[in-house]
Amino acid sequence: MSEATAPAHGATRVGSPAQAGRASESRPRRSLLRPVLIAALLVVLLLAPFYVEEFWLRTGFAVFGAIVGAIGLNLLTGTTGQLSLAHAFFLAVGAISYVFVSGESGGIGVAQLSGLGLPPLIGMIVGVLLAGLAGLIFSPIAARLRGIYLGVASLGLVFIGQHVLNTWTSVTGGFNGRSAPNFSLFGFTFANDNPLLFIAGVPFREAERLWYLGLVLALASYVFARNLLRSRPGRALQTLRDSEVAASVMGVNVQRYKGRVFLVSSMYAGLSGVLYALSIGSVAPESFGLEVSIQYLAMIVLGGLGSVGGAALGALFVSALPLVFQRYADALPLVSSPGQGGINAGEAARFLYGAAIVLIIMFEPGGLAGLAARFRRRGRDPGARRPRSPVTSADASTDDSTTSVPSDRPAQGSTT
Amino acid sequence: MTQFLSLLLNGISLGALYALIALGFVIIFKASEVVSFTHGSLLLLGAYSIARLSDSVGFFPAVVLGTLITAAAAFLIERVIINRLRGAPVISLAIVTIGIDIILLTELIRRIGSDILNVPHPWAGKSLTIGSVGISQNRAIATLVAAVLIIVFFVAFKYSSWGVAMRASAEDGETAALMGIRLGRVSALAWIIAGVLAAVAALFLVGAPTPGVSAAAYTVALRAFPAAILGGLDSTGGALVGGLLIGLAESFAAGYQDQILFLGRGFGDVVPYVVMIAVLLVRPSGLFGTKELTRV
Repeated sequence: MSEATAPAHGATRVGSPAQAGRASESRPRRSLLRPVLIAALLVVLLLAPFYVEEFWLRTGFAVFGAIVGAIGLNLLTGTTGQLSLAHAFFLAVGAISYVFVSGESGGIGVAQLSGLGLPPLIGMIVGVLLAGLAGLIFSPIAARLRGIYLGVASLGLVFIGQHVLNTWTSVTGGFNGRSAPNFSLFGFTFANDNPLLFIAGVPFREAERLWYLGLVLALASYVFARNLLRSRPGRALQTLRDSEVAASVMGVNVQRYKGRVFLVSSMYAGLSGVLYALSIGSVAPESFGLEVSIQYLAMIVLGGLGSVGGAALGALFVSALPLVFQRYADALPLVSSPGQGGINAGEAARFLYGAAIVLIIMFEPGGLAGLAARFRRRGRDPGARRPRSPVTSADASTDDSTTSVPSDRPAQGSTT
Repeated sequence: MTQFLSLLLNGISLGALYALIALGFVIIFKASEVVSFTHGSLLLLGAYSIARLSDSVGFFPAVVLGTLITAAAAFLIERVIINRLRGAPVISLAIVTIGIDIILLTELIRRIGSDILNVPHPWAGKSLTIGSVGISQNRAIATLVAAVLIIVFFVAFKYSSWGVAMRASAEDGETAALMGIRLGRVSALAWIIAGVLAAVAALFLVGAPTPGVSAAAYTVALRAFPAAILGGLDSTGGALVGGLLIGLAESFAAGYQDQILFLGRGFGDVVPYVVMIAVLLVRPSGLFGTKELTRV
């Protein structure tokens, strides 16, 4: 089977046709449910800091950061079909740029750190831009490589990046890392005080302030990605995934689009890196290892390749799981606190999402987004087993994709 | 000069081991279109089981058992998961193997913890001197074993009916199936062989000069990926050349560390990736990989 046609099987069906079909077909019938749900979710998210304790707010901020990163990787891997394991590297570029630009010069122990001490907003912007630049620099290599070669080449980027982080001590703090300056916006710091703030009797400390920052950025990322996918470039990217030849025949400049999607994706990663630095409060080279890249891959696979909302769901699942496990280690069976010999929280989470990746690819290549679409369809017309109109059949091909693969089987059926 | 020769020798021996791993990687790709990211943890599995078993059953039985365990694991992965996904996009297949890798690796690292398990090689600690050049006996034996295995592999690949079936199915799976070649069996066998090769490589990779089995063995195994890629993913000869190139590059970069200090300490560990990216820039399908042609 040639690689050019291969990706048309599973991943394809998840993204564009499903969404386009759903939107155009169901608009008359589904009236208010969706906007109401979205509004309710927003209200809950907006009010959360007034009711929820700090742990959940901090977890939430980490999740917002992960959502931004996952959406970025999803544009690259899910929508455009470029397998990238380099996401951790771009996260690192963003995070390090932020701490370098906004951090103060000074020495910690033996290490002499340099920093520009500029306002954090500039640090964030520079972080995003530099990550984008790194992506742009890598993209000529990426554009030449096909599919799986890119996957392994980008693997290299992670290791090279880690080496640089460990070596370039004056900027990165070397092996021990360096602390990230608090974010501030036009004099308003996202820290515990300065100014002290009480809203409706609730103290607004660092966690509460960061929550809103994360929420706004994650929302913006989400909306941007959705609009991008529905626009002309978005269609071009999806065509690129399905067939580069077809794309170039239709007038899509393959190299340029690959470069651009790398740029956008790594800018997302850069922003996510900045948020990560803010959420942890420091950056160290070991936070940007291969494992991180794999986590992001897990997020988008779980959520559903090509689906923006899916990426957000996947990010929620993968990034919150270890934290939640850690917190409830005592209450959960099988999971134990660190140092007790059992399965610790991080391991339990890894087992879970490792297994989830395997199961999802095997049984529901559409991921959580695909599952959701399936339920939604079933709920809408329970009687109809087979879709009739051409639009719906494009929609339904999500769950047909598992059955459409074995249609090649007869030739190979004798073999098993 | 002595240093140069010694680095050369060590590089070749390391490269031979990388070539073993890369070969497994390549035949899996040829047989089942899967880029197996599980290879690192399979290798760790081999090393771990050899180390653990040799306490109870002795070294050589442990080697045999460890190899069998690794091969069985590879076989199971192929049967239970990969075989069911035939025809899925290459990227999905790669992601599945990443999922398997997460599970396997997490469990192995949990078991190993922060220990360094010792593998009691009978040849441990001894070293060999050829002229003025020294090499650890472990590496010398590794080179020999790897050379033998590679030769056996290439002969089998060319002349045995399995080799013919394998090449035929890589060339054109559908036609091969119509000719009565059982693609499922070919792919299962490829995974088993890859498992065996990985276990053998693991046996020597955790010997001198490496201290023993630790989580770090996984990172070592990962460096065989560049070897397979830069040779060309679908070229067995390329895996050999790639392995040797990577081994030599790593050995020299580590040996002449002081001269290239401006690149940072431990540059030897990343030089495989640098070489890989450099090669891919010039030849996007690796040195010997078939260029992908698209028919419209």
